[in-house]
Amino acid sequence: MRTRALVKRIIRQFIRDKRTLAMMFLAPLFILTLVNLVFSGNEYEPEIAVISDQVQLTELLEKTDEAFITYENSKIAAVDIEDEKLDAIVKINPPSTTITLEGSNPTANKAVMVTVEKALKSLNPENNQQISMKTEIDYLHGSAEMESFDYIGPFLIGFFIFFFVFLIAGVSFLRERTTGTLERLLATPMRRWEMVAGYVLGFGVFTIIQSAIIVSFAIYVLDIMMAGSIWFVILITLMLAVTALSLGTLLSAFAKNELQMIQFIPLVVVPQVFFSGLFNIETMADWLQPLSYLMPLTYGGQAIRDVMIQGGGWSQVYDEVLILAGFSLLFMVLNVLALKKHRKL
Amino acid sequence: MNTVIQVSSVSKSFGTHHVLEEISLNVEKNEIYGLLGPSGAGKTTIVKMIAGIETPTKGSIQVLDTFMPNLYNMTRIGFMAQSDALYTELSGKENLEFFASIYGLKGKKQKERLEHTASLVNLTDFLKKPVHQYSGGMKRRLSLAAALLHEPEILILDEPTVGIDPVLRQSIWNELYKLSEAGTTILVTTHVMDEAEKCGKLGMLRDGRLIASGSPKELKESTSSATIEDAFLYYGGVRHEN
Repeated sequence: MRTRALVKRIIRQFIRDKRTLAMMFLAPLFILTLVNLVFSGNEYEPEIAVISDQVQLTELLEKTDEAFITYENSKIAAVDIEDEKLDAIVKINPPSTTITLEGSNPTANKAVMVTVEKALKSLNPENNQQISMKTEIDYLHGSAEMESFDYIGPFLIGFFIFFFVFLIAGVSFLRERTTGTLERLLATPMRRWEMVAGYVLGFGVFTIIQSAIIVSFAIYVLDIMMAGSIWFVILITLMLAVTALSLGTLLSAFAKNELQMIQFIPLVVVPQVFFSGLFNIETMADWLQPLSYLMPLTYGGQAIRDVMIQGGGWSQVYDEVLILAGFSLLFMVLNVLALKKHRKL
Repeated sequence: MNTVIQVSSVSKSFGTHHVLEEISLNVEKNEIYGLLGPSGAGKTTIVKMIAGIETPTKGSIQVLDTFMPNLYNMTRIGFMAQSDALYTELSGKENLEFFASIYGLKGKKQKERLEHTASLVNLTDFLKKPVHQYSGGMKRRLSLAAALLHEPEILILDEPTVGIDPVLRQSIWNELYKLSEAGTTILVTTHVMDEAEKCGKLGMLRDGRLIASGSPKELKESTSSATIEDAFLYYGGVRHEN
């Protein structure tokens, strides 16, 4: 079987190329770890000065949150906020309450507002002499412990697999052309579809390993939130990888050299970042939204998120998996046709 | 009829660029046919069409009484491209194994052919080495071995002896003679005039036209030239006067 010969050859070549192997397997892990560290750093702890005539109130506030520090003198507080020792000053002189934010750091601002809001909420019931009522916060998905990485992580897993497979498969297929081996193969009775199938299967072996490594790493080492089954995630990432693989080999037909292949990244890969759900599609211009339907990553990212955050099963992801399979098939057929440029038969 | 390759009024153009015009030539069984011409004359385009990779814009090509391109015929042709189409990460043996399995050679038969072709081109001791460590000449020889693996009836060699030392070149030619005697038809391109003398029949190609054909002896005698180069100049000059 000629396809089998091709698959065997690709595997052998790939194993020899240690650096590309590392790029495929380790680079995504490296970047994921980095993103994890960036996004799940410790929460910002604000320093908030409380100035009030009512000693009772300031003591209460100090008890509810460590962030609050009682200041007797508003002048000292003003100096400290100028020196960035404080993030905010809360002046409570019933009936008015004023909050002065330091204001230069958005993260700090947000943290202050959240802290103050929380504290006031917990004080209010008692002040009003109402029946003590606990505010309960429920989460439909995720939890109070959920970090930003849990939200963007599933998408990033999909993206990095797509990106690296696209590049490596595209360049490999391109090299077949530039080194003259494609022509040599076309002088053999190998059919065009056998060639495309050989490439997909040969690289497919490595994408299976890659998907398994990246997904396991994200779940077990980076401790990303995982509500569903790991097997679905691996299945989806694998489908995404095959899509990237078939798209990369297809587009390599339109590149003359490696540099031109890399030029496809801003054209093909980067736009997918914007449309694939990392950013809110609903808030985009109306005419722009349909574009997201054309992006394989839209379906991959959505499906991975369905499984990892919402704990979805086959019934939630089968349509996305089928669409990705459809994309792959389409790209492969187009590639068989594109190879006609090199041999009519 | 012993005509194995029949090229009939073939023209080929890429866009508006005419590479070949009205080429007709026949290659008989067992013959070693040499296509002689400077680079850019269209030699590679002709052999690619005969091998079934390219298709003519006009005219037709028959190989073994079948119109090309034809996938079944491709199993009966051995093709050695001008550039060494090898996988440099792989060893020589792995390259040969790959091409052998594409032609459906398996197991014992594959091993046998592999050893035979490798010894033919003097590479038996280097088969385990990765190809990127090979010299230019070694790569050419490995390419030749790959073209011979499936015992093709027709062997098409595009500039086979470029960068090969004279001793080895002689041994490759001896091998080609042997193959030809055993029934293989060989089509070889070259731009080296003295190498052309080794062919049984020559086609002289210049600017996409076949300016002359015949045995080296005939070509020299009819132009009363001492060398093939002089004959080539004569024919090339005649065309210029037109």
